Amino acid sequence: MYDFAYHKPTSVADAVKLLADPDAKAVSGGHTLVPALKHRLNKPTALVDLSGIAEMKGIKRVGNAIVIGALTRHVEVANSAEVKAAIPALAYMASHIGDVQVRNRGTMGGSVSNNDPAADYPAAVLGLGATIHTSKRKIAADDFFLGMFTTALDADEILTAIEFPIVDKAGYAKMKNPASRYVMAGVFVSKAGGTVRVAVNGAGPCVFRQADMEAALAANWSPDAVAGIKQDPDGLNGDIHGSAEYRAHLVGVMAKRAIAAAG
Amino acid sequence: MNVVAPFEGIGASVRRKEDFRFLQGRGAYTDDFNRQGQLHAWILRSPHAHARIKSVDISAAKAMPGVVAVFTGADMVKDGLGGLPCGWQIHNKDGSPMAEPLHPVIAHEKVRHVGDQVAVAIAETREQARDAAEAIVVDYDVLPAAVSMEAALKPGAPAVHDDVPSNLCYDWHIGDKSVLDAAFAQAHKIVSLDLVNNRLIPNAMEPRAALGEFDRTSGDYTLHTTSQNPHVIRLLMAANVLHLPESKVRVVAPDVGGGFGSKIYHYAEEAIVTWSAGKLGRPVKWTADRSESFMSDAHGRDHVSNAQLALDANGKILGLKVHTYANMGAYLSTFAPCVPTYLYATLLAGTYTTPVIYCEVKAVFTNTVPVDAYRGAGRPEATFLLERLMDVAARETGIDRVELRRRNFIPNDAFPYQTPVALQYDSGNYTATLDQALATADWAGFEARRAEAAKRGKLRGIGCSTYLEACGIAPSAVVGSLGARAGLYEVGTIRVHPTGSVTVLTGAHSHGQGHETTFAQLVTDKLGVPGAQVDIVHGDTAKVPFGMGTYGSRSLAVGGSAMMKAMDKIIAKGKRIAAHLMEASVDDIEFERGIFRVAGTDKTKALVDISVAAYVPHNYPIDEIEPGLEETAFYDPKNFTYPGGCHIAEVEIDPETGKVSMVNFTAVDDVGRVINPMIVEGQVQGGIAQGIGQALLEACVYDADGQLLSGSMMDYTMPRADDLAPVSVATHTTLCTHNPLGVKGCGEVGAIGSPPAVINAVVDALRDFNLRTLDMPATPSKIWGIINAGRQQAAE
Ligand SMILES: Cc1cc2nc3c(=O)[nH]c(=O)nc-3n(C[C@H](O)[C@H](O)[C@H](O)COP(=O)(O)OP(=O)(O)OC[C@H]3O[C@@H](n4cnc5c(N)ncnc54)[C@H](O)[C@@H]3O)c2cc1C
Repeated sequence: MYDFAYHKPTSVADAVKLLADPDAKAVSGGHTLVPALKHRLNKPTALVDLSGIAEMKGIKRVGNAIVIGALTRHVEVANSAEVKAAIPALAYMASHIGDVQVRNRGTMGGSVSNNDPAADYPAAVLGLGATIHTSKRKIAADDFFLGMFTTALDADEILTAIEFPIVDKAGYAKMKNPASRYVMAGVFVSKAGGTVRVAVNGAGPCVFRQADMEAALAANWSPDAVAGIKQDPDGLNGDIHGSAEYRAHLVGVMAKRAIAAAG
Repeated sequence: MNVVAPFEGIGASVRRKEDFRFLQGRGAYTDDFNRQGQLHAWILRSPHAHARIKSVDISAAKAMPGVVAVFTGADMVKDGLGGLPCGWQIHNKDGSPMAEPLHPVIAHEKVRHVGDQVAVAIAETREQARDAAEAIVVDYDVLPAAVSMEAALKPGAPAVHDDVPSNLCYDWHIGDKSVLDAAFAQAHKIVSLDLVNNRLIPNAMEPRAALGEFDRTSGDYTLHTTSQNPHVIRLLMAANVLHLPESKVRVVAPDVGGGFGSKIYHYAEEAIVTWSAGKLGRPVKWTADRSESFMSDAHGRDHVSNAQLALDANGKILGLKVHTYANMGAYLSTFAPCVPTYLYATLLAGTYTTPVIYCEVKAVFTNTVPVDAYRGAGRPEATFLLERLMDVAARETGIDRVELRRRNFIPNDAFPYQTPVALQYDSGNYTATLDQALATADWAGFEARRAEAAKRGKLRGIGCSTYLEACGIAPSAVVGSLGARAGLYEVGTIRVHPTGSVTVLTGAHSHGQGHETTFAQLVTDKLGVPGAQVDIVHGDTAKVPFGMGTYGSRSLAVGGSAMMKAMDKIIAKGKRIAAHLMEASVDDIEFERGIFRVAGTDKTKALVDISVAAYVPHNYPIDEIEPGLEETAFYDPKNFTYPGGCHIAEVEIDPETGKVSMVNFTAVDDVGRVINPMIVEGQVQGGIAQGIGQALLEACVYDADGQLLSGSMMDYTMPRADDLAPVSVATHTTLCTHNPLGVKGCGEVGAIGSPPAVINAVVDALRDFNLRTLDMPATPSKIWGIINAGRQQAAE
């Protein structure tokens, strides 16, 4: 780790001011950033610790949505009675991130801002059509995830909360990478009235929507509806754990399982 | 008889004494030691697999804050330091010695693998040392790398060592080829199989660390290090590298958090901190981070083989022919050359009466991390080959796989049994371990379980392995004739204190094995001293007279036997003292568990009476017997020991994802006499976890340029608890006939017997896909590929 200054602001406004320094970095749970610092892959001038900002905490129901503060840890989403009742698939997803230690430290905001292609949260955010609240605006999920580790957030912009619409049905299934246990291929599906969303994570360089499956499911909401749909392996990830073809195949399997889980 | 209650002797599952400190965080590992004025070393490592070092510019690094010194390979050459030695010399088929290129402590002129040491920066703090290492400017002339063995052996391949242009370390063989050819000519059937034994990265929980100190008053050096054999490290480092008298060097291996073989070897960092502590007059510490462990700890396995089995019409084996390529990596690690030869080819008879065996092994240098012994060392490679071959032979002859094994077992009345590959087995009962395992695993009921799994959409398979291994290494004269540059005896000192408590000094080293408990049980059993009054001291060359250390499941068979010999001497001396005290003839004194008795009388003396007399010799035959009660024995084993048994794995495959799940694992092992059943169970379970890891999960992968792709836990799959299955461990004992305890060894059987059982189960689960070869690890993507290809073929 290289030396850096450490700040712990108590308001979003103060944090944004500190992040005006282009080489300063926000830190929430630190479960992604701190390992990178220890490997000396990152050399920030300052860390802006967001964990003291009260307005970024908490889970509440607002109308037909669940609004979750960015600092909410995975374990809190997994155990929240509110989330479990309204969007059980979201609680299920959070309860299967990493291991106990990771869920006790890692935050929703950190995970979504980081946009690791193999992370769980982006699939739920995109699959539910959530709205991202930041220090300066609201961004639709469809406009947020831009590419591998890249989002619509500006350098001095803080993700403050995410608003998840309460849908009729939702489900999530993933195949874990045997080594890292991150996502090798995952699918988050949801249905709200006639609107179906299918988000795929792990398989590609960035979470994406599977339009063919969405169309098929809009016509016939059942695992069988996606059985004949082949995910194109072109552009998917391939590595020592599995080829793009294998991941493409897994997208089909996980889609079926996610729909079955959604009921 | 004076029975200790509760019974703490041989056969009792005494709780591990050492666990109190380990579980409370009170262990003292190398990195826990800190000295006044201590400096920290950071090693700059090569980012290239193969490059010529044109220059190393340390000027900026030396000017960094807190930096005390920066050393390069050139500094070591200037000081006349030797290379890291190899402890075993193999000879080629033509009798010439193997190629043994220099292994510089810090690379000089060339780097030969990613992670090779290029320079060391030494500073007041670890971070400062790391900053300085980053400021060293190395000008590399990057060379093409020889990464796979196949590539390294191609004509015109880049030479890892300029003085070994062929990259061939040795071309060795064992057995009589003409006799084998004759046997093959008689064969009814010849079964041939290509196999890869996957390369593994050991990953002990505690990373390697070393702390060097120099005492300006005495001129003595002290090295604390994460080692399985501190005396061996002292010998190799003092004599070969630093050229110091051993008397000037103390090596301490305190608590060590796992080794699995990877901490046997003399590593560069040990010499670097010791040498630089002397140069700088201050203690120097180095501790690996996990990334360094991946690229600098010796790796394991890495064989590519072809095996051919000749059978007669009844399924009796007529002969076995094996050709193996073994990867040595970039340099010869301490014991590397013996692993694919004398710890491998000599095991190819397994549990079978194979009358003739011929094996040739080509050892190859590549631009990868050195490869050496890893839990099992050679025997897992032999067992995987043989037990996979038996299953394929069964399929191709139409003989049931269990029946084929039974037909070829060495019968119980054939011991001692001389194999055609040098070893003579002393005892075993392979039918008994097989039968017990088949019953425990409900082998007979398997087809019903397979049918039930099929209803759930799962493919279920079962597989067995009836393995044998040789451990308890080893008779010194035998290994000496095979190229070992050391003896392989062990040393034990029994020090009975005046009050009757006992300190044991042992040359074995415990790094997870539970010696502090098991060894104390030997003393309790033999001398009647309660466990709480027995202390086991190991791991310090200043305390223990000598020792060869712990590996090859040798601690109890060799180290325990040395203790037994020393205790015999204690008893013999005690009898003479007792005879004097009780005014009887020595021949009339009997001894059992702490009590000396005049035979046929109720006249007795306890051990403590004898020890008091020995240290306070007022009434004592001082002209005939020396005071004190302390004895040392060296025990050189008469033979290897031969644990064996049967492992049965049951798996289920999700055909949609290819994921293999372990559903059951049964082990019935003959480890000889069991001293502590609980510890044996733990050792076997741990070995099985590693065996399942090798079979299903672990793969060290390099890309074509020699970059380590599986260089962290993100990409190297270590087994986790939920990757394992309920494991049933049982023992079936035949005693070792040639050591005083009748013990064989249990440290490695789990890792040796299990991989082929798991792979045989996976192949069985995929029986509809006509699978013949399956290389480890059986990852989901690999299995799905097989299923997918099979289904596509069927559709065509
Ligand atoms: C061993 C291990 C296993 C894991 N397994 C999984 C897994 O299976 N699935 C999975 O999805 N994740 C996994 N993770 C990641 C984990 O969920 C992380 O917690 C998460 O990715 C990042 O959250 P964090 O709060 O720790 O973020 P931090 O590490 O604090 O920050 C991550 C990045 O986001 C930025 N950032 C943080 N908060 C904000 C904010 N509010 N606004 C803007 N930028 C911000 C930081 O500057 C940094 O660049 C694993 C992590 C570990 C260590």
